[in-house]
Order: sequence, then structure tokens, then C-alpha cells
Amino acid sequence: MQRKTINYAKYGYYFSIPFVLTFLIFSLYPLIYTTIIGFTDLRGLMRTEMNILENPFENYITIFNSPIFRRSLSNTMIIWIFNFIPQMLVALLLTAWFTNRHLKIRAQGVYKVLIYMPNIITAATIALLFYSLFGYPKGPINDLLLKLGIIDSPANFHLQKWTARGVVAFIQFWMWYGHTMIILIAGVMGINPTLFEAAEIDGASATQIFFRVTLPRLKTILLYSLITSMIGGLQMYDIPRLFLLGGPDNATLTTTVYIHNQAFSGSYLYNRAAAASIILFTIIAILSAILFYVMRDRDAVRLRKRERALRKEVRNRKREVLV
Amino acid sequence: MSVGMSKSRRGYKIIIYIVCTFLAVLSIFPFWIMVVNATRSTFQIQQSSISLFPSSFLLSNFKILMGKTFNPITGFVNSMIISTGATLGAVYVSSLTAYGLVAYNWKLRQPFFTFIMAVLMLPNVVFAIGYYQMMYRIGWTNSFWPLIFPAMATPAVVFFMRQYLLATLSLDIVDSARIDGAKEFYTFNRIIMPIMKPAIATQAIFQFVFHWNQLFLPTILLTDNTKYTMPIMVSLLRGDIYKTEFGSVYLGLALTVLPLFIVYFLLSKYIIAGVALGALKE
Repeated sequence: MQRKTINYAKYGYYFSIPFVLTFLIFSLYPLIYTTIIGFTDLRGLMRTEMNILENPFENYITIFNSPIFRRSLSNTMIIWIFNFIPQMLVALLLTAWFTNRHLKIRAQGVYKVLIYMPNIITAATIALLFYSLFGYPKGPINDLLLKLGIIDSPANFHLQKWTARGVVAFIQFWMWYGHTMIILIAGVMGINPTLFEAAEIDGASATQIFFRVTLPRLKTILLYSLITSMIGGLQMYDIPRLFLLGGPDNATLTTTVYIHNQAFSGSYLYNRAAAASIILFTIIAILSAILFYVMRDRDAVRLRKRERALRKEVRNRKREVLV
Repeated sequence: MSVGMSKSRRGYKIIIYIVCTFLAVLSIFPFWIMVVNATRSTFQIQQSSISLFPSSFLLSNFKILMGKTFNPITGFVNSMIISTGATLGAVYVSSLTAYGLVAYNWKLRQPFFTFIMAVLMLPNVVFAIGYYQMMYRIGWTNSFWPLIFPAMATPAVVFFMRQYLLATLSLDIVDSARIDGAKEFYTFNRIIMPIMKPAIATQAIFQFVFHWNQLFLPTILLTDNTKYTMPIMVSLLRGDIYKTEFGSVYLGLALTVLPLFIVYFLLSKYIIAGVALGALKE
């Protein structure tokens, strides 16, 4: 009988130790270190000794007022928006088609496999591949457009700001819409089918069903996609870095490329790069907080609240009895 | 009426198939150009950069490619070591953590889970500068360890494993193992891990691909060209020494994609299912 009273709770702590230790050493410590570097004069290759600046916020102020940093933030936002809006629209359209039970689209598996494929290919490779595809004056895209008669003379996509941004946004779109589509389809599959049947019996058209039944039920998943895509978009590095190295004239310079350039080229301004990182971190933290709020388990929160209320009541009653 | 309906529906379906086929071709087209041009000479590519059919310059392109800094074998081996190590660490420690969260009733269980959810989105970009300085101080630049160890704390995998255990694990199994005298750690390794196999396989694929494709941290930490990973090798093709060697650049890109293609077309069914699972938060 005594064996049964063994307390296993401590194993919960033991089993969490590896995760917690790894997090403390490899994430939290570097994060604090980065914050501190942001307050110091640390710059120059192979240097490690650093001193807190007279005005500790100097780097943060410099970065905030730097036109190139601001430009990098607006570039990141522009490229993200031009990738996200078409990505969502196309993914929603495909979801509507693939989940329409009356259309019975065939070979869905093949389409899904092919459309998702670019997502798992190394972004660095894709950036370089598109750099070659959009080559000037000779390149597959230029050749194709010339043959089709869309343009008369080869276009230099790499030199114009908006085509350069457009191509980066397109690559992001092309790599991610399949992913979004699969998530949305899974979301639709999770909706109770009787809802669709009831709507059909009431005489709703496929379009009405999609906008009135499907979309409102996907709200959480759509919000989740929006915020995760935004957080991912803020870290955009591989494609803008390798496609045009941030150019032309900083038109595709994203914040992460900016941080990398500050710290690992020119005069190795680790302190400035650290300050920029922490500003980026703050933006991401705010977005994550919103995501966290959206995704919180509402049922569990309600349950816990009820449990607490119940416990309180029991306590009060006990007290009453005692009195 | 009904004939008209079915006719317009057929027209609608044809449009859908055309759009879907166009999108599928759009996914393949860049890779097709890449593979074909990998077999063509720079002269041929300059004459016409689109060709549907391969040519015969694969070997000479390969010789030019290998004569310079690009080394796909080194990149492959290094990426393999890092990705395998990181995947094993991520999957094992995440399973352990998830089991701790599901099987035991401890005081800090809920706060700990909230904490994991809170750091779910912490990207390594934001602490990379501090991480680099820290690794530089202890002489770990040009080592694979700083790219493998951090994977042991991968919140997204813990979250996925926890959901899986909540749905599949019956604590009776654990209890009967205890009655048989099994130690907790033994129970986890011998009884729980086999139960989690399907979830582990899915997450292992995604973790492997994720670490294989990483560019930012490896670029910062690995400066010795014998330590370069595959994506760093790719970035070399952007350099001046390959500027006029079109065929070789395409071949180099093709070589870096090849392993991923093989993995993807063998496992695409599980990968697609895995992505879909990520959407369900039940």
C-alpha cells in the first residue's frame, strides 16, 4: 500500500531539464548578450572587449534615425505585403476548389505535391536560380517574353527597384502559397460536415457556402497564418541576400540583411547590429503576443476559471460551516 | 435547365484544371530549366537560354564547377552531419519534454507550457550577434556544435509532440509499467518512444529539411571552407569566379537540389500530411 504513494511529480521537472538548460544557454544568454552589446562600443573584427557607452542608448538612437534601417523595415513590409496578399488569395481559391464536394477535382494529390514542392527546396538555391532565370541581356525569362512578343527588347529586371522587389515578393509567394493552401484545406476538413449539408438543404450556392460557412470557421487559422507569415517575413534573409545582395540601391535590403551587413562587413559594427536586432526582436515579440492571445486555448481558460470559482465556493462554504 | 447547369459546370471545371496545371508547371519550370541548362554549354545558353531538351556538356560543366571553390561533396557531408545531429537532438529532447508535460502532474506544468508557447516564435536572427560573440570567445566558430546543440530546445516540436501524446497516450500503460517495476526513464525510452514513432518520423523530416536549408547562422559561424554547408556552397556560385560559367552554375544548383528532390518525392505523402497536421490544434 505504501508503494502507491510514490510521488512521480518530480519527474516532470527532470524531463524538462534538457530543454530548459538548452534554452537558457543557447537562446536566453545570447539574447541578453546581444542586448548588452547594443549598449557598448563593440566593433571591429576579432574584438571581444567592450565598454558601456557614455550614453548607453546611443546605438539604439543611431539605428532608429538611420534612413537605411528605416528603409530596410519598409522594404521588408512592402515585400511581405506583395507576397502575402496574392498568397492568401490563391490559397483560398484553391482551397475553395479542392474542398468543393460537387466539383470533385481529380488528381488533387498530384497538384498538392507539385504546388507544395518549392517550399522544401533550399531558399539559397532558389534565390540563385531566379537570379539566373531573370538574367540580362540573355536569360530564360527575357527569352520567353521576347518569343511571346510581350517585350521588344530584353529588360534588366535587376536594375529596376520595383521589378527587383516584385521578383523577391514573387519568389516568397511561389515558395509559400502551397503551404498555406494545405493548411487551409486541413482547416476546412476539420469543419463539421453537417454544417455544409444543412446549408445545402437551405438552398445555399457553393459561393454562398464558402463565404458564409467556410470562411468564418477558418478565422483562427487565417489569423494564425497571417501572424506566422508576418513573423517569418520579418526574418526574410536568404532570398533578398542572394538574389540581388540587397540592391539595386537598397531596394531589396531587408532588416535581417541589414543586420548581417552591419555586423559582418565593412567596419564590423557589432554594437549597431545588436541594437537593430533588439529593435527587430521587440517588433516580433509584440506580434507573437498577439498570436499567443489569438491561439490561446479558450476552452482550457474557461475550464480553469470555472475550477477556480468552484474551489472558492467550496472554501467559502467550509468557512460558513466552521463559523 | 439541368443540361445547361452541367455544361457551365463542365466549363468551370475545365478552367480549374487549366489554372491548377499552370500552377503545377510554374512549380516545375524553373527546376526544369535548371536541369536542362546544367547539361548545356555556356555558348548554347547564351544563344538561347531556354531549351526543353538536354545537351551533352554535363561532364565539362562538372569539371569547370569542381575546378573552383564549390565543393558539393564537402557541403553534402557537412550538411548531413549538422542536420542529422540537430534532428536527433530536437526530436529526442522534444519528445522527452512533451512526455514530462503530459504524464506528470507537477506544479509548474502549466506555466512551463505557457512559457514554451511564448518562445515558440523566437527567431535566431535576433540573438545572432550575441551568439556569434559567445561562440567566438569559447573558440567554437568553425565548429558544428553551435549549430547542433540549440536544436534541443525546439518549442514547435514540443508543442506537436504534446498534442500527439494527449491524443494517443493512455496513462494505464505507464501505470502497468510501474507495477512491473520499470523506472520512469526506461518507460519513456522503451514504451513511450515506440508509441510516438509516427509523430517522430513526421517531425524528423521537417527538422531535417529545416536545418539542411539554414543559411544565416552557418554563414556567420563557419568561415573555414572545409566546414561549409550546402547552402553556403550555393552562395559561392553567386561570386565573380562563376560569372560567365552559366552551365556550371546551373549544374551546381542542380546538385544542391538533387538530395531534396529524392527525399521529397519518396516522402511527399507524409510531408503533405505533416503540413496539414500542423494546422490542427486539437
